[in-house]
Amino acid sequence: MIDTLTRRSFLAGAAAAAATLTAACAGSSSDGSARINRAYDPAYFTADEWAFIVAAVDRLIPASEEGPGGIQSGVAEFIDRQMESPYGYGAFAYMSGPFLTDLPPSLGYQLRYTPREMYRSGIAAADAAAHRSYSARFSDLAIDRQDEFLRSLETGAITLEGPPAEAFFEQLLRNTKEGYFADPMYGGNRHMGAWKMIGFPGARADFTDWMDQQGRHYPYGPVSVNGSKDR
Amino acid sequence: MATRKKKVDAVIVGYGWTGAIMAKTLTDAGLSVVALERGPARDTSRDFEYPRVADELRYGVRGELWQPLAKETVTIRHGVGDVAVPYRKYGSFVLGNGVGGAGVHWNGQLWRASPEDLRLRSHYEERYGKAFIPDEMTIQDYPVSFEELEPHFDHFEKVCGVSGTAGNLRGVIKTGGNPFEGPRSDDFPSPALPPVYAAQLFDKAAAQMGYSPFPQPAANSSRAYTNPYGVRMGPCNMCGYCELFGCFMYSKASPQTTIHPILRDRAQLEVRTGAHVTRILRDNTGTIATGVLYIDESGHEVEQPADIVVLCAFQMHNVRLLLLSGIGEPYDPSTGNGVVGKNYAYQMCSLTNAFFDEDVNINPFIGAGAAGLRVVDDFNSDHFDHSDQGFVGGSLIFAGGTGGRPIEQMMLPPGAPAWGVGWKSAARKHYLHTAPVGTQGSVMSYRDSYLSLDPTYRDSYGHPLLRITFDWHDNEYRMAAFSSQRAEEIVRAMEPETYSTFLMKPGDHYDVRIYQSTHTTGGAIMGKSRFDSVINRYSQSWDVPNLFVMGASAFPQNMGYNPTGLVAALAYFASDQIRTAYLRSPGRLVDA
Repeated sequence: MIDTLTRRSFLAGAAAAAATLTAACAGSSSDGSARINRAYDPAYFTADEWAFIVAAVDRLIPASEEGPGGIQSGVAEFIDRQMESPYGYGAFAYMSGPFLTDLPPSLGYQLRYTPREMYRSGIAAADAAAHRSYSARFSDLAIDRQDEFLRSLETGAITLEGPPAEAFFEQLLRNTKEGYFADPMYGGNRHMGAWKMIGFPGARADFTDWMDQQGRHYPYGPVSVNGSKDR
Repeated sequence: MATRKKKVDAVIVGYGWTGAIMAKTLTDAGLSVVALERGPARDTSRDFEYPRVADELRYGVRGELWQPLAKETVTIRHGVGDVAVPYRKYGSFVLGNGVGGAGVHWNGQLWRASPEDLRLRSHYEERYGKAFIPDEMTIQDYPVSFEELEPHFDHFEKVCGVSGTAGNLRGVIKTGGNPFEGPRSDDFPSPALPPVYAAQLFDKAAAQMGYSPFPQPAANSSRAYTNPYGVRMGPCNMCGYCELFGCFMYSKASPQTTIHPILRDRAQLEVRTGAHVTRILRDNTGTIATGVLYIDESGHEVEQPADIVVLCAFQMHNVRLLLLSGIGEPYDPSTGNGVVGKNYAYQMCSLTNAFFDEDVNINPFIGAGAAGLRVVDDFNSDHFDHSDQGFVGGSLIFAGGTGGRPIEQMMLPPGAPAWGVGWKSAARKHYLHTAPVGTQGSVMSYRDSYLSLDPTYRDSYGHPLLRITFDWHDNEYRMAAFSSQRAEEIVRAMEPETYSTFLMKPGDHYDVRIYQSTHTTGGAIMGKSRFDSVINRYSQSWDVPNLFVMGASAFPQNMGYNPTGLVAALAYFASDQIRTAYLRSPGRLVDA
């Protein structure tokens, strides 16, 4: 328990420090996303894997007029940091065998992959599949092709030589949304942009003054756990 | 060789709600007590402080307060002939861990059972005839009545500072409360909090339809409150971080906020955390428990001798400990013989999301686990005529959210893309404007739904995992379809732009990936004799009279209500009898 807490506190601190650093380097302009990515040095992912993650996150949550994209929000960094946390090592899941397959999906996750292993095998297998179909790795495809490829992972229309395509995609999409909406201390949801987009007030956690005016528009923007109201 | 500790009068296994209740009762009586909790020590001032606790990823997604499945989980299969596989990641239910147990991360939805829930088989046979109950349904009456439990329901509501509106005060039906509840001897200790906006829309629609909506009884105090033990609670601020979180406001009742403060200085109580009990020990006759064996934080095996053993762990863990200890005859679904593991049950729920225009501010982030919700109880228990329905049981229908945490609580209409620009657009459009209306329904017990030890998978200490054999039955599909139709009628009267319903349909198997309910029940059920149950009406083991088993493992079948009120009432009922009868003359409290 103590180990977990210490490790998490450390990671949260590191994440906050890194976010400050990259934000300072990149400025806060909306076109700063490419530079932010160059400024971040992934701890777990290799250069090839990182290229896949960045490209995939950019398609799963693209930048648009309605709000920030996943890359701008730091989601790729979030995923990389999660891989270095106990979660990445599978510490929250029962990982003893035997691992049976060909079971109804309703019996839940039965694969032997930890999140780290899922990405390592999944990305390699996905890039190999992209190569077979398009003679290029995923990150080098045109965005329409990338979307098409992600859909084929999502539906299991292609078979990966590694984890099942659907399972890999599910992991990727789940972590992407986590990074988009989690507190900024984990490296994603930079400037609480995702919270602002939907109107979630974050860690405000006190609505005494709204109990008697339910149904009225709530005018206060988000705050983060670390007390930032953002600028 | 296990280290042998000094003998105590009583050892408590698991320090959640019932552990705290029993620790108080037994130390009140002057007994020396050791409480063993396998998780960590936890308290408001260290572990649930603001703003640290307002962190969805840490608590609501990764599950900081949940039992680490890496060390121990359960296995699950749908049918008696199937191979069970481990519940590797959280989904269907969330197990508590640490001091306070699931009483830390619960919602605080505190219900009493309906009187007929406690004599279910007799009630249905009397009203609808014996043929109404299918053969494979193994439901039975509780060996204790609503009238006997009422003082204990009442006491626990006062311990928890429950906010609510009475519907039946000493037989007089009160406007604004639940007209279907059994007669209560006293009003709720605190007034209800105002409904959140989704609940307001529901309340209006349900009332128009002639139903009786009322505030969800909430163990979220609505005001500064002092409970009967002199413990102070604070008013709920509807922070939206209630279920799955510890409460930083001292508003949500938990063992920490209601009972532990008076136990802290009791010299005759010792709480040991990181103590993982592996076995109940017995003398050579097998009929007297002599204590328990546990593994401490450093991995050493320790024996704690005691004159009384009280199992206060979660429902599943109580049953597993009985099976690992070889106490009682394990249930055999092929013969119907045996009782340990028998009558495992669950709940069947549905959810209808009502999607409104952007000028309707649902503000889902404003919410508590229970306060602010509104409920219709017209279609629960036997509050309506079942003659033409063809099913036993029913559901609560409730509205309002427990928070709008965006990773797990984002609700989008069917057809909305799961990713890409379209997903973003849908999230932005619907987040603030979606009202959830849910049903939570009973699940009956059946010959083929039970708990046993898994033949293959083991925990990190090498002991067999508990195996759940469970799937839905026709009765429940019919019950949920009926309940969900009533919920949809109310939703239509709320006049949303559109709505969609998630519901289990005939042929759908129990799906462990989707969170449904942590209200798992049975396996160490109470009954009239050793042939139909594991424990008697005082939660005392038929086989080992100095062993008591608390918790929802005692429920012979499940109901549409949340279980904690009944769990606590049964614990207080048992503790009264232990104090007034058992301690004077240890032995069987009911003739076997």
